[in-house]
Amino acid sequence: MLEVKNVSKTFNPGTVNEKTALNGVSLHLNEGDFVTVIGGNGAGKSTLLNAVAGLWPVDRGTISVGGLDVTRLPEYKRAKYIGRVFQDPMMGTAATMQIEENLALAARRGQRRSLRSGITKEEREGYRETLKLLDLGLEDRLTSKVGLLSGGQRQALTLLMATLRKPQLLLLDEHTAALDPKTAAKVLDATERIVGRDHLTTLMITHNMKDAIAHGNRLIMMYEGKIVLDIAGEDKKKLTVEQLLARFGQATGSDEADDKLLLS
Amino acid sequence: MSFINALPGAVSQGLIWGIMAIGVYITYKILDVADLTVDGSFCTGGATFVVLYGAGIDLWVALLCAFLAGVLAGLVTGVLHTLCGIPAILSGILTQLALWSVNLAIMGMKANVAINIIDRENLERLLISSRFLRGYPLWRHPVLVVGLFTIAIIAILYWFFGTERGASLRATGANQNMARAQGINTNVNVVLGLMLSNGLVALSGALLSQYQSFADSSMGKGAIVIGLAAVIIGEVLFGKLFINFALKLLAVSLGAIVYYVVIQAVVSLSHINTNYLKLISACIVAIFLAVPYWKGRYFNTPGKGGKVRA
Repeated sequence: MLEVKNVSKTFNPGTVNEKTALNGVSLHLNEGDFVTVIGGNGAGKSTLLNAVAGLWPVDRGTISVGGLDVTRLPEYKRAKYIGRVFQDPMMGTAATMQIEENLALAARRGQRRSLRSGITKEEREGYRETLKLLDLGLEDRLTSKVGLLSGGQRQALTLLMATLRKPQLLLLDEHTAALDPKTAAKVLDATERIVGRDHLTTLMITHNMKDAIAHGNRLIMMYEGKIVLDIAGEDKKKLTVEQLLARFGQATGSDEADDKLLLS
Repeated sequence: MSFINALPGAVSQGLIWGIMAIGVYITYKILDVADLTVDGSFCTGGATFVVLYGAGIDLWVALLCAFLAGVLAGLVTGVLHTLCGIPAILSGILTQLALWSVNLAIMGMKANVAINIIDRENLERLLISSRFLRGYPLWRHPVLVVGLFTIAIIAILYWFFGTERGASLRATGANQNMARAQGINTNVNVVLGLMLSNGLVALSGALLSQYQSFADSSMGKGAIVIGLAAVIIGEVLFGKLFINFALKLLAVSLGAIVYYVVIQAVVSLSHINTNYLKLISACIVAIFLAVPYWKGRYFNTPGKGGKVRA
């Protein structure tokens, strides 16, 4: 479903701030794969997701989604195939617009925006049902401005918006990192339910090793712009945090993981 | 007494400038872009109208052309900003500067052109004129005619911003990241918003030149400040009352009227040299912009968090 081939990206080339964020990354996701991504700060996790989402052109390599080469497509065109939830809860929704307006915008992802009405009556009823799924009481607040919602509510809404039109690929960039533990668990739970229900191919970055092990059918770890670990199937099911750290050490010859990852 | 006499004229002018202010509202409040093209495109509209109308072209066609001239000016600013990556403010300044020459060229390199209203038949054919303030049937009164114009524009904008395209425009102004993630081409929308906004500004300029029966190369000077003043006054006076989008646009128009009436009062009651008006305007707008900031910073009242926009 997702095919990343030999992708590299260097920021600020030729300056003192030069930083190779992705160094020849290749990654293949099968349809229905739920892959968790871990790695320390600056390992290239977010850069990988942003490269796939198309925030900027990559220096080298190709990216295709669902068999379509999207390497040269701008971000807004790739959005037709890709649903995204960001780390910052403020980033995924329009604060000055109503809940139902936000959903209506998401419902038209990948379509031509015409002069038809921006939201229809039938849609409204549909949204009420969809929001019930989140169990946050948002179904009774369809016309509330999103700016009035809490971070967790906004993040849950963003998740709903990302999956309202079934995307070929769902990108979750530490989408629970900015939330308190209880809300984070709730949003993760909703993620699990939606991904399971629609069999979404998903790439989820997380800070939390336990979450990375508990969710998904495959786990990759990044280090210095490369994928250094790729654990799937039975191997992944039996994985523990200790094993993960040990294997990280073997793969990179570094014990950095202990400090950088366990703490978070 | 002179103030009371001047009131209908001030209200008429306020209404006309209100249409320009609605254009400013679209960029400043909805798109979150400060567009300085306005100072140039206002005169572009006026000049285009007067020249075309003077050449014997139908009044409504001339108005439409004035609107389109403004749309074109907005397109230039939009392209400079999105395709050329120039900051929005600078793009607007560049277009505004260029328009100074363009406006003069439209007027045949003269600083002003007039509509012949000495010819009574010619005057009668106008839609609005300051001459219609007195001694004409009520239905010709500028306040009524421009008022209807304003209502029609608000109705169209209300409809437009409720459509799929309009909603995507609002999303572009509210959060570009979100808009792009939802497949919205934010660049196209910014350009579209600038075009729509400057079209309205030019239409307002056309109406003003019709009202005063001439266009002048300096008629748009400080227009952006007047527009901002109208937006802010409207918000301060009616913000709590008018929640609906159409009413918010109406508040902008009312803000422009209040601004003009206040200016008129200052002029007729204090005998101030009118050359100081721009200084006073700038001070008023600066104060209105600063007060909410100070309030938020030094007198933070709980329960009123966040920035409220559009």
